Amino acid sequence: MIGTAALSPPLPGHVVKEKVSREDWIMRGVLLAIALFLTVSILLPLYSLMSKGFEDKDGNFTGLANFTEFFSTPALSYSILNSLTITLWTSAIVLILAFTFAYGLTRSCMPLKSLFKGIALVPILMPSLLPAIALVYFFGKQGIISSWLLGYELYGPIGIVMGECIYVFPHALTIMLIAMAMSDARLLEASEALGASKIKTFFTVTLPGMRYGLVSAFFVTFTLVITDFGVPKVLGGKYNVLATDVYKQVVGRQDFEMGAVVSMVLLVPAVLAFFADRIVQRKQVAMLSTRAVPYVPKPSKGYDMAMLGFCCLVGFIILSVLGMAFFASFIKFWPYNMTLGLNHYQFDLMDGGGWASYFNSIELASWTAVVGTIMIFIGAYLVEKSKGFKTGRNLMQFLCIIPMAVPGLALGLAYIFFFNHPDNPLGFLYHTMPILVICTVTHFYTVSHLTAVTALKQMDPEFESVSASLKVPFYKTFRRVTVPVCVPAILDISMYLFVNAMTTVSAVVFLYSPDTTLASVAVLNMDDAGDTAPAAAMGMMIVFTAAAVRLIHSVLTRGLARRTQAWRNR
Amino acid sequence: MVCEGKPMADSGAYLKVENLTKKFGDFTALKDISLEIFEGEFVCFLGPSGCGKTTLLRAIAGLDIQTHGRVEQAGLDISGLPPSERNFGIVFQSYALFPNLTVNRNVAYGLENRKTPKPKIDAKVTELLQLVGLPEQGQKYPAQLSGGQQQRVALARALATSPGLLLLDEPLSALDAKVRVRLRHEIKDLQLKVGVTTIMVTHDQEEALTMADRIVVMNEGIIEQVGTPEDIYSRPESPFVADFVGTMNFLTGTAAGNGNVKLDGVELAAIGATDSAADGNPITICIRPEDIVTRGVTKDTDNAVPAVVETLEFLGSFYRVTLHTQGPERTEFRADFSINLMRDLDFFEGGNVVVSLPADHIRVYGEAVTHSDEAV
Repeated sequence: MIGTAALSPPLPGHVVKEKVSREDWIMRGVLLAIALFLTVSILLPLYSLMSKGFEDKDGNFTGLANFTEFFSTPALSYSILNSLTITLWTSAIVLILAFTFAYGLTRSCMPLKSLFKGIALVPILMPSLLPAIALVYFFGKQGIISSWLLGYELYGPIGIVMGECIYVFPHALTIMLIAMAMSDARLLEASEALGASKIKTFFTVTLPGMRYGLVSAFFVTFTLVITDFGVPKVLGGKYNVLATDVYKQVVGRQDFEMGAVVSMVLLVPAVLAFFADRIVQRKQVAMLSTRAVPYVPKPSKGYDMAMLGFCCLVGFIILSVLGMAFFASFIKFWPYNMTLGLNHYQFDLMDGGGWASYFNSIELASWTAVVGTIMIFIGAYLVEKSKGFKTGRNLMQFLCIIPMAVPGLALGLAYIFFFNHPDNPLGFLYHTMPILVICTVTHFYTVSHLTAVTALKQMDPEFESVSASLKVPFYKTFRRVTVPVCVPAILDISMYLFVNAMTTVSAVVFLYSPDTTLASVAVLNMDDAGDTAPAAAMGMMIVFTAAAVRLIHSVLTRGLARRTQAWRNR
Repeated sequence: MVCEGKPMADSGAYLKVENLTKKFGDFTALKDISLEIFEGEFVCFLGPSGCGKTTLLRAIAGLDIQTHGRVEQAGLDISGLPPSERNFGIVFQSYALFPNLTVNRNVAYGLENRKTPKPKIDAKVTELLQLVGLPEQGQKYPAQLSGGQQQRVALARALATSPGLLLLDEPLSALDAKVRVRLRHEIKDLQLKVGVTTIMVTHDQEEALTMADRIVVMNEGIIEQVGTPEDIYSRPESPFVADFVGTMNFLTGTAAGNGNVKLDGVELAAIGATDSAADGNPITICIRPEDIVTRGVTKDTDNAVPAVVETLEFLGSFYRVTLHTQGPERTEFRADFSINLMRDLDFFEGGNVVVSLPADHIRVYGEAVTHSDEAV
């Protein structure tokens, strides 16, 4: 080297300070704004809920007094046992059914696979109250086949387990199908080539290969059932579970402190299941990265027929539950006047908010889908693709995962404590549509976030580097490349949010006002008032709407795929 | 050359890397790297995976900014600048073409943001696609092109904004062998035509040798040698370079004074001796198999070594012959002899031959050398 550098030589220990560009500031700003939203919509309300559990009615700190009362009141603490009982029974039954169903769909040559898959996913479109109401028409005191229960009472654990099984079946099935699609056919072939029998292969290769899927399905079932409120509300009778206790304490007895205590008790199993599931998921990802060869089943008449028979049976049960709700809503006066009519759809003549609640639900679902999709997708994009600012991104990632661990009832109750507090400047939101939107977006944030992250991870990580080198700001590349490429995932997220906003009861049941009654809550209230048929009718309106949205979604996905995703076809 | 009044252009280097260190937690990926690259040069960073070559490229691009040290481009200190404030175009192994935009829109991507008038953009895009040999493909989507074509589109896109520096990160690694060889020449020609200063990262020595004006050989976060392809191949400065580039015999011998060495009792002159180890000390003698001579060699030829043929391996255009010396150590070494030569000479396994290890092709290293066997 000739001459010395004009610029001072770099100091040996001097750490290079990275210049933060204007774009980086924009990214961080937006990321912080979304993090702030989540802080207000989940962290602070949760804190309010927790602190309420340690206070008396006048707001004085009482330590564990409320908990002592809870555990020393048998009527309350028995609910823990009851909740665990119905949850474990449901999980056991659903896991076996869903496993066999998924096995039939992936490992046999039975016909009509996609039809059966479609039927199995139908319960997703219903609020969990609806299968419960249908069961009343089957097995209730005036049910058409009540004698099949051999004298046992529908209202209680039997009814709850039946209702929950239908409610969670599609969720368990989806996980099983993914797990089965992932397992490696080469292992099965190797086992066969080594002369192992079919049964031995099943127990030494198939089952172990699916263990993470099974465990994951168990945790999802467990969490959904223990936090579900719709089925036990309709079919619980005198059999108390944690979820209905929260509702009873708050709505029935106006004992908010005890409601807080019960929801915190409810939070414990949900959080435990959540963390266990996260650990399992991580291991599952490790398995996913190995290159698996998908299994192609060979026809085998007897076995295929057996599988078809089983799927027919399950499909028939699901369809008859839907069909029963459908007919019950049209029958004039069960069981005395079995002619059909639309009188139960005249919601304005009944309690529950009338047709206005239906349109409120549409409004809530639309806002949730639009606002939620935009915010969640942008949030996921910034977490995945922004540079530097590691602490901020990790914090954000954590915030995005929390909502999944919080049961809807606990969330709704937490909102009462937080937003209805006289000192909260955000108190004006209480009893409005926006608070319902905020609550619903938050409630379903995690799954949507993870869907977005998965889609973003599949994109080339260097798109951002290339556009930076071409001096195109990130937001232009986001608009021109990221969003168009992720259209399928974005549509999935918006549909998920819409359908869930239509069907959810648990969080919003504490938050609606006379001006913002909702269809799903109307189902609950009409059933509560003994108007079972109108409740079924409103439930069917939700199913029709959710089904219509699903249909629009699939048409859109296909249509858009043809236009904006032309590049996918070679 | 020092130019008064123009202090920044002191050594004429377009890109200057000074004392660059990059740490990922406890792991140091680059250790105090200094390097100069001149305007219009084609430089290859060559090394095995994990040697830090890509890390160095990404530090120069500002994609992963170094922990310590300075980067200077065109006389400006750009050490801490984000990529969007630097002046470079980049091509990745994955191409990173925007899948939902046509080839035309991909190439125009950087220009559209600069408020260039539309007709001018179109003209530039047409010109660039012509340049990379894809004049008719503008309306297609990337997925409709072959890998080689996609790579050329990526190249056109990187060049569209006329950057001062072109960075290529393993641009040919994802392509199959024949396309790779063809693209090598095309990229080199293109670079000569455009005259842009270019840095290419590669682990493929052939790519580096055929394309680069200068090669920077890297290993474990440090630079082993910088030089022209011929320098690197013929005068490797370290055993690592000797081993990594081309094939090489690593033979154990002893120092014999005056730069001479002893191989199994036979004294050899060695011009390329790099180390003046004391007499009798163990040293490593290196010679490439193709530099070993046998035609017309007798016991009286300079650096003649009597040997025994062990095995003959047919490799198409030449034979790789494994021999061992006739002394007590029976040191094994390999020589490449052309088919032509083999036709004239009577070689058979177990036969005695005399070969010569020409003094100007012998490299001597003082330290004991460990090297990978498959490289020989």
